Amino acid sequence: MSKNERARMKLIARLILLAVILGASPVFAGPAEMTVSAAISLKNVFEEIGRLYEARHEETRVVFNFGASGDLVRQIEGGAPVDIFASAAEKDLDEAAKKGFIIAGSRTDFASNDLVLIVPKASKAAIKDFEGLSQPAVKRIAVGDPGTVPAGRYAEEILRHYRLTAATKDKLIFAQNVRQALDYVARGEVDAGIVYKTDALLRSKEVKIEAVAPESSHTPAVIPIAVVKGTNSEAAAEAFISLVVSPEGKKILQKYGFKAAAP
Amino acid sequence: MDDAALFSVRLSLQVAAVATFFVAIVGVGAAYLLARRHFRGRELLNVLLTLPLVLPPTVTGYYLVVLFGRNGAIGRLIYEWTGWTLMFTWYAAVLASFVVALPLMIQTARSAIESVDRNVVNASYMLGHSEFVTAVRVVLPMARRGIATGIVLSFARAMGEFGATIMLAGNLPGKTDTMPLAIYSLAGSGDWSKANSMVLVLTIVSGVFLYLSNRNRKGTA
Repeated sequence: MSKNERARMKLIARLILLAVILGASPVFAGPAEMTVSAAISLKNVFEEIGRLYEARHEETRVVFNFGASGDLVRQIEGGAPVDIFASAAEKDLDEAAKKGFIIAGSRTDFASNDLVLIVPKASKAAIKDFEGLSQPAVKRIAVGDPGTVPAGRYAEEILRHYRLTAATKDKLIFAQNVRQALDYVARGEVDAGIVYKTDALLRSKEVKIEAVAPESSHTPAVIPIAVVKGTNSEAAAEAFISLVVSPEGKKILQKYGFKAAAP
Repeated sequence: MDDAALFSVRLSLQVAAVATFFVAIVGVGAAYLLARRHFRGRELLNVLLTLPLVLPPTVTGYYLVVLFGRNGAIGRLIYEWTGWTLMFTWYAAVLASFVVALPLMIQTARSAIESVDRNVVNASYMLGHSEFVTAVRVVLPMARRGIATGIVLSFARAMGEFGATIMLAGNLPGKTDTMPLAIYSLAGSGDWSKANSMVLVLTIVSGVFLYLSNRNRKGTA
């Protein structure tokens, strides 16, 4: 080993050791923790509700786990220490409930989402409403894959409602999730897309909302929340859900574009 | 960068460093066995240890959840004995990074060990040295370049780990959100400007490590 090389190896070893030492942070006991697994689309809303909850319940610290609803179900099945589960659509919470991981009767559909027709901001095509999708100038429409993505299934229902199923059949681009459909529109890869209103609002610089699908045109896109079986903090979990459906919780939901469920 | 971002940077370095420490020990040991010993099931072991390199990380993460969750084969035993579960802790992020980075270490170290001149190894045996002494004083020093490259690559891979980590460690802000997870969260909630600064940090640090590994590989022994 040359001197130079040995020095370099030593440097690498020291850097790694330093990182380990810096990282060895002490574990200290604080207030009891309650873990909320929630769909990533609920992040902004839940973080705000979580702060409100902690201000009122100093004995509990709310820890969030944000991810794709399907992954969150896999974690709960595997035995992850989760107290509350909120999925982006009914499908995933239904699956967790069917497998026996949800406390019966704890489920509440606390909000719902609008589905909207969006086009790229720079788009010149005149798509002013859902019917506009049938014009020949519209070549590609991004929607979630109806087989796996709830938003895609709602989009299919909306197209059926407007009798556009045949006219748009060869134009649909199926995305893996609704965020990807949104991304295709934002990047101008497609002429239009059908996505959740709350997601479209996050990229209002890049996409334009042209129409909101009426409630009668699709199954309500409800967002459910429930207490997970095996929790050590059932009372705290129920208090959190009560806060979500309270008038204050509703105000926060509406601020981010969700429709709060009727009492 | 705010406190949350700094936490993610520190956590990423910590997770990658601890994971790489174990990857180096286990990886070199496994590489030596695979390169120099012939035993039943050798190639099966190789396939098992290499699978995380080619599987989608989410699938690797799913396997880890099935094994190490409280309802999993290994996780249940741990939970029954200690009342503790690995999931949603930073140790879970270490395990996920370890499993995903290990194949890089093994593959690089194995080919380095295999290319060590057999005559030199035999000479050491003829001088009466045991296999252990030969391994530590002849084989591994001669393969050090490949081993060092493997360590650097493993560190870079561990730091960029996302799919398996988010399954096993969850994405808990202030607890398990390493840089890749924090970037996913920020992008998911539309905080592009905050995400961009972390994307830059991750890219630069990874780039430096790749540069180190390349320079290391190019030099002469």
